[in-house]
Amino acid sequence: MSVPAAPLPAPSAGWSSRLPRGTLGLGVSTLWLSLIVLLPLAAVVARSGEGGLDAFWSAASSRQAVAALRFTLLVSLAVAAVNAVAGTLVAWVLVRDAFPGKRILNALIDLPFALPTIVAGLTLLALYGRNSPVGIDVSFTQTAVALALLFVTLPFVIRAVQPVLIELDREMEEAAVSLGAGPARVFTRIVLPNLLPAILAGGALAFARAVGEFGSVVLISGNIPFDTQVASVYIFKQIESDNPVGAAAVSVVLLALSLLVLVAIRALGRRGARTQRRAA
Amino acid sequence: MTVARPWRLGLRALALGYLGALLLVPVGLVFYRTFEGGLGEVWASVTTPAAVSAFWLTVTVAAIAVPLNTVLGVVCALALVRGRSRGRALLDLVIDLPFAVSPIVIGLSLILVFGAGGWIELPFQVIFSTPGIVLATTFVSLPFVVREVVPVLREVGEEQEQAAATLGASRWQAFWRITLPSIRFGIVYGTILSVARAIGEFGAVSVVSGRISGETETLTLLVEKRFNNFDLAGAYAASTVLALIAVATLLALTLVKPRQETSS
Repeated sequence: MSVPAAPLPAPSAGWSSRLPRGTLGLGVSTLWLSLIVLLPLAAVVARSGEGGLDAFWSAASSRQAVAALRFTLLVSLAVAAVNAVAGTLVAWVLVRDAFPGKRILNALIDLPFALPTIVAGLTLLALYGRNSPVGIDVSFTQTAVALALLFVTLPFVIRAVQPVLIELDREMEEAAVSLGAGPARVFTRIVLPNLLPAILAGGALAFARAVGEFGSVVLISGNIPFDTQVASVYIFKQIESDNPVGAAAVSVVLLALSLLVLVAIRALGRRGARTQRRAA
Repeated sequence: MTVARPWRLGLRALALGYLGALLLVPVGLVFYRTFEGGLGEVWASVTTPAAVSAFWLTVTVAAIAVPLNTVLGVVCALALVRGRSRGRALLDLVIDLPFAVSPIVIGLSLILVFGAGGWIELPFQVIFSTPGIVLATTFVSLPFVVREVVPVLREVGEEQEQAAATLGASRWQAFWRITLPSIRFGIVYGTILSVARAIGEFGAVSVVSGRISGETETLTLLVEKRFNNFDLAGAYAASTVLALIAVATLLALTLVKPRQETSS
């Protein structure tokens, strides 16, 4: 659509008239975010560094804190990996397959986002806890933590892959088949490379969510130090036992991790957009 | 179909099995367990004074946090998309922080600012009181409206607003008559997501609330308390209330979404 250019002020010409709105909106936004988000997070960073770098280091590297952080990282990575595979599978079935009830199932995929995390934990405990009707009791094990994290992160990869799969040009696949490629080859050579940025982005979001997760894990994990205790539960225990410096130190580690993932997702998104532009 | 039938059926069975074991059967079981003992019992357990007060606290907190985030979310989205100033990239990153930061860290951060000996001393109590719960809820549900409105604003473009301006509309008129109607479904969608998150928040609220029964206990905290007190039936009943709200949210979203897609 080409709008006649004459009545439109060029950005530089309209700058003075535009300045108030842009500046006011940005000012209000910055103030709001600073008050609600940045100031509190800054307080965490400040508190963790209150006793100097040594105090921070000794709080963040206490044996229990390190064990909790390591378990959190490993289980989150595992959960992201499982999500990458299972999420892609579910997305493929939802897009390419047809069966009765597909639309309802598609709507239910978002349930873990809508369901309160504490309810998610209770839900899993009902089926896989001590009074399990199917005879599987994983409560208070590392498996239980992984299960809870898989539940709350379920939609990320599916919802990232689905739109890409819908847009994906079927002709490429048909051409490959007509040239004699088997289904496995078509998938690894054509479908997967196209989905990879979305799978990675969804996996990264799932990882970020898993690293900070609390509500769904707190009931089912049993919170056993050096075993099933995740970082967020460790921080919670430190707050409860009135050790804000210890809590803040581990919080800063988690904060740094979330920032890293956010920046990585942005970089990934920019690269994805660039390859899309090149393809177009 | 490029995939042979046995393959397709196998993949379908795998996907459905995964979803069933992880999502559908557990959630179904909680509903079943709740109503196992009959409706009367459920009703009694969700109408105890503690439960009723928890319900109203949850609603009150959402009723404050969500409108705040909706109005300021639209302002943020406009600043991000229409603004010409620098610093937008940083703003963009900060808006996503509440999604990435652990709710426990959010709770801790509020204690460190507003708690005893914190950075800001207010004349009224914040931590272990309703204002703290409102702040925590506002923090965690902050990005939803922004994130839903930004892509819609980008897609709509500025041409109509500029046309309105050349025809003599004030900026305010252009916003009410042009911008707002074109982003309304994005706002509604983001608001519904905010409501779901606000009602369901547990981690951040559990740090700042102090869990005073009948005063600072939200529905999600009630679920945890009942579970820890071995009142499983009560925990299931309160969970079912929350799960029904979640399902209603999903329904609302599916109702809004197709209209949003056709409207753009």
